[in-house]
Amino acid sequence: MSAADFPILTTLIVVPALAAILCLFLRAEGARVIALVATLFNLLLGIWLWSSFDVMGSQWQFQESVALFGPIGWKLGIDGISLMLIMLSLFLMPICIGASWRAIKERVGEYMAAFLFMEALMIGVFAAQDLMLFYIFFEAGLIPMYLIIGIWGGANRIYASYKFFLYTLLGSVLMLIAMLWMIQQAGTADIPALLNHDFPAEAQSWLWLAFFASFAVKMPMWPVHTWLPDAHVQAPTAGSVILAGVLLKMGGYGFLRFSLPMFPEASAQFIWLIFGLSMVAVVYTSLVALVQSDMKKLIAYSSVAHMAIVTVGLFAFNQQGIEGAIIVMLSHGLVSGALFLCVGVIYDRLHTREIDRYGGLSINMPKYALLFMLFTMASVGLPGTSGFVGELLSLAGVYQVSTWVTLICATGIILGAGYMLYLYRRVAFGEQKNADAAAMKDLNGRELWLLVPIAAVVLWMGVYPESFLRPIRGDVARIVERIERAAPAGDSAIRENDPAMEKFRVKTNEGGDSHEAKQGSGH
Amino acid sequence: MNLGISLYFTRPELILSVSGLVLLIIAAWRSDSGRLLSLAAIAALFAAGAWTVNLLTHPSLELGGDAFEGLYRMDAFGSFSKLLIYVAAAISLMIAPRFLKNMGAMRAEYPVLILFAVVGMGIMVSANDLMTLYIGLELNSLSAYVLASFARNDGRSVEAGLKYFVLGALASGILLFGMSLLYGFTGSTNFDAIGKALSGDIGMGALFGVVFVLSGLAFKISAAPFHMWTPDVYEGAPTPVTAFFASAPKVAAMALLVRVTITAFGDQTFVWQQIIMVIAIMSILIGAVGAIGQSNLKRLLAYSSINNVGFILIGLAAGTKEGIAAMLVYLSIYVAMTLGGFICLMQLRNRDGRLREDMSDIAGLSKTRPGLAAAMAIFMFSLAGIPPLFGFWGKLVVFNAAVAAGLLPLAVIGIAASVIGAFYYLKVVKVMYFDDAEDIIVSENSRTLIWTGAVLAALVSPLGYLLITPLGQITDKAASALF
Repeated sequence: MSAADFPILTTLIVVPALAAILCLFLRAEGARVIALVATLFNLLLGIWLWSSFDVMGSQWQFQESVALFGPIGWKLGIDGISLMLIMLSLFLMPICIGASWRAIKERVGEYMAAFLFMEALMIGVFAAQDLMLFYIFFEAGLIPMYLIIGIWGGANRIYASYKFFLYTLLGSVLMLIAMLWMIQQAGTADIPALLNHDFPAEAQSWLWLAFFASFAVKMPMWPVHTWLPDAHVQAPTAGSVILAGVLLKMGGYGFLRFSLPMFPEASAQFIWLIFGLSMVAVVYTSLVALVQSDMKKLIAYSSVAHMAIVTVGLFAFNQQGIEGAIIVMLSHGLVSGALFLCVGVIYDRLHTREIDRYGGLSINMPKYALLFMLFTMASVGLPGTSGFVGELLSLAGVYQVSTWVTLICATGIILGAGYMLYLYRRVAFGEQKNADAAAMKDLNGRELWLLVPIAAVVLWMGVYPESFLRPIRGDVARIVERIERAAPAGDSAIRENDPAMEKFRVKTNEGGDSHEAKQGSGH
Repeated sequence: MNLGISLYFTRPELILSVSGLVLLIIAAWRSDSGRLLSLAAIAALFAAGAWTVNLLTHPSLELGGDAFEGLYRMDAFGSFSKLLIYVAAAISLMIAPRFLKNMGAMRAEYPVLILFAVVGMGIMVSANDLMTLYIGLELNSLSAYVLASFARNDGRSVEAGLKYFVLGALASGILLFGMSLLYGFTGSTNFDAIGKALSGDIGMGALFGVVFVLSGLAFKISAAPFHMWTPDVYEGAPTPVTAFFASAPKVAAMALLVRVTITAFGDQTFVWQQIIMVIAIMSILIGAVGAIGQSNLKRLLAYSSINNVGFILIGLAAGTKEGIAAMLVYLSIYVAMTLGGFICLMQLRNRDGRLREDMSDIAGLSKTRPGLAAAMAIFMFSLAGIPPLFGFWGKLVVFNAAVAAGLLPLAVIGIAASVIGAFYYLKVVKVMYFDDAEDIIVSENSRTLIWTGAVLAALVSPLGYLLITPLGQITDKAASALF
């Protein structure tokens, strides 16, 4: 049976929402089981969804439309890009529940409910086909995340939760005004229809900036990234996983779904802004990551650097760049999620994130050291892991637009190798200078169950990325086709009278003339 | 014949006036019958409400009509506002008796005063003449002054009443001055006639009249810069009375403001629109910034109401039919949110049975009283306008109306300021959910409070979105009556 005959997207949203309400009334043990069962069931539904997705089929599939809330239509539907991001959320969710199995001891029911609500909202964001419905899902995620950081977070959780909430809210409200204007102007809130609506060029700039305010904060881009390290450090492990794994992807998804295809001219007009901020982000946050003494903060800064690669890839205006950006998003979701889990594993044992308190873990925790190394390498972008595919494609795409941007962004990979290997050396290698760290036990069965599936997918994406590229190829091609009219000219093409190129040019002046003459006579 | 029609149209007010007088007589003989009289007053409100529904839905009264030769206007706009007022007043009556009794302040006059205030509000929203306007306003205000100082043995309550009276009298004076100017320059007190006279270049005198009338009304809706009385009165008055002040009279004064601006000043959009825009932005900003430093929850909700009034006024500033409909949607949601917020506050009692209303008292409420904390959090997030709660829909429609009317700068400033407001709503949630309990809040045994609170919380939860279509239709109809 195909999932297309069944309101599967609604089911994917309703199942976790109902489970969340149930969890609120259950004791700790029951809430854990319900949450795990609901997320695993959703994952199964997701696999069914992916297997029923027709790559060659129409752009929007599994469409549903019910006029439930008056002007806000309950319209859902996905393309390949949404499908991949929904799969990422569905895949990470049971892992988050598993990661919180023992670490969360207080108010378990409410915790699980918050996570399940998050899952429902995230799927809603990627599946919404009505602009207002999208906004509601997009913003509603703030409430559970605020509670997750604030209730179960670390010592400085209150500051972090406020910062997270207000930063992202301020970014989003301007987008709301822009959306209202767009709906008025286009006369519809239907996203597929808006994708084909041409907004006047002068309005596009303002609309683009309003959307940029929201997505840049969500992404996050330098210099509005400062909420991210705070939120990550203070959030519980599973909170960090979901934050890095899926919430950050909403920014990239927004650029891809709205900014680029709806405002192509403005996107081209502001390309300098995106490239400039991204270049600063890559170099600056990588250097900041290099000097961190807190593991989670280090990974958080590395997230900002990786997201900058995503933005340059998206705004490369070509197939490779956008495909690469999507793969980086997926890969980063898995890898940084896994890295946060790795931090969580040793945090649960020693209750500190200070890098100096560890050392020589490869001796007493060999399985851990192996998996941690795999994820470190994937984060660096070693060939064979998912990170490589995405970064290579993304940078190859940008190279067609700007050599300099590519050059500077490529340093991010070198710096990334620097800070990640430096982290790994200090944690896993060297002498066992701390007795308590040396006494830690290796991964138990539950932790292996969390990390091994991610490792498998990371390798799968690195070795055979075609599985993940195939569903998005057609959709990316449609976006490229739509934005081509505004695509910036690349600086890598050979110019006719460039003196620097003189010595490479073969002197075939007469030949050229005769070639032209021949062509002329041929006609 | 003509009198018959007039009496037919004004029957909601007649029902309430007669009930009020009868109840007053009963109260004179039996001063301990507050609970019984409250029930009777609720029944009277239901009767008046049923009649209003009849007027609203009767096919032959689609266009409304004038009563008493244009002094009073019965139309869908007034009827809808009245229904909202009756519901708010009925809820205020339901939650009050037990609470006031515990304070030692319950007397039989309470339901009577509420009824008279409601009659006044009914006249306000139906007024089509400056004189009717003033009579309705004063009937409402005089009842309100007494209600504010209803807990006579509580110094704060008496102070609130006195403050409200002095400042209210000043505002009434300003309003009267504006009205006399308008009468002098237009030669009429009837809204339609004033509307006709105020066309083209209106000159300095009439302009002053407009400004003074709007200032007086801004006081009544507690919009900045005429908001100073609000925090003090809200803090001092007994909480059920505060809940009443924050809901029903707000609806009445707002509806009155709409009718005056649209019917009487309709042609002078350029004149009043600027004033309303400035008042709206100031209210949003002052409501948001003023609330940040508050430690008393009632004062905080007072600033929150100032803040919300600003958002409602954005709908009026748009000056279109959609804008007015949006205001009514926002008002309906606002009534549910603010009543719910106060009902939550009323349930805060510590072990000694003392009422608590400070920010620090709700610390750790999510552990001691999870249901109450959840309801409060819903109201706070909804007041902040965070989706998926229903308060978001209210904000959305007013901003949509502003965008449609081309008031983009107003919309952008307003919505950016709403982020400041979000800060203190978050603070309430933070104290309840993130902090540890200091003072134990015991569970309340009043079923009425718990159930009304739960129903209102369900209304502003995402379930409320199911009401979008019916609410949209009825507010649309109400707004059309003015244009």
